[in-house]
Amino acid sequence: MRTTLIALLSGTLFGAGLAVSQMTNPAKVLAFLDVTGDWDPSLAFVMGTALLVSAIAHRLPRRLMPATLRAHVPDSPGTSSLAGIDRRLVGGAALFGVGWGLAGFCPGPALAALVTGSSQVLLFTAAMVVGMGAFRFVTRVGSDVSTSSDG
Amino acid sequence: MTEFTPLSGTLGGLLIGLAAALLWIANGRIAGISGILGQSLWPDERGQRGWRLAFLLGLPLGAGIVALVDGPLAVQIEATPPALVLAGLLVGFGTRLGNGCTSGHGVCGIGRGSGRSILATLTFMTVAAVVVFVMRHATGAAT
Repeated sequence: MRTTLIALLSGTLFGAGLAVSQMTNPAKVLAFLDVTGDWDPSLAFVMGTALLVSAIAHRLPRRLMPATLRAHVPDSPGTSSLAGIDRRLVGGAALFGVGWGLAGFCPGPALAALVTGSSQVLLFTAAMVVGMGAFRFVTRVGSDVSTSSDG
Repeated sequence: MTEFTPLSGTLGGLLIGLAAALLWIANGRIAGISGILGQSLWPDERGQRGWRLAFLLGLPLGAGIVALVDGPLAVQIEATPPALVLAGLLVGFGTRLGNGCTSGHGVCGIGRGSGRSILATLTFMTVAAVVVFVMRHATGAAT
């Protein structure tokens, strides 16, 4: 119950952050990606600040971690290596990049923008879910690909 | 094209960072939205669907609260419906294949110092910028 409430609070903060920073507006995102055009660097402030806060939290010294978190985390961090980089990671990121550049939506902002009731947002989100389902289908048919914990 | 908004960007980034920090410190989970969505629809682990659905519900809820306080959200979409469908399919498939999106790789993964996430983020940002360049400047379209 506590875990669920914390997740709800985290999601709500996240959605509020996306709305405040206007990441929910594809025109804003595309203006950030349009580096050779009339560039709007605002989203660099969004990602920079989010990254700073997240980096502090994710690098919390072991002795400051709540006991529940300590149980999740291995003794040595060991995440800073380049191990595990493969074609799947780069290929997936590239496909995602094409979609992001085409529409200006990534998963979080699309879900948050559903609150506007826009049929275009719903269309994008529905296609995104179908794309995830297609991936699931492909990996189920092929060998079982384990999912790592990147996000 | 759009106005430069460093202050609201920083405030929004702060909220996003706090959201990721909360989920990590209190629940030991990475706030990667594509992973949370994919796992809530097609779970790999039992008994972990509830918190994921709660997190996902929070996204429109939080955006809705901001809209109530600050006025309706601007959602300006230039893409045509077929382009939106193609983009959605690519974003859905690509984020699951590459194990993460802007939140999981860009905010949490880089925050952890993961080499995989740094490479993934550089890749999707570069590719997206190239796509926007081609659509806006290389196709002769007047935008």
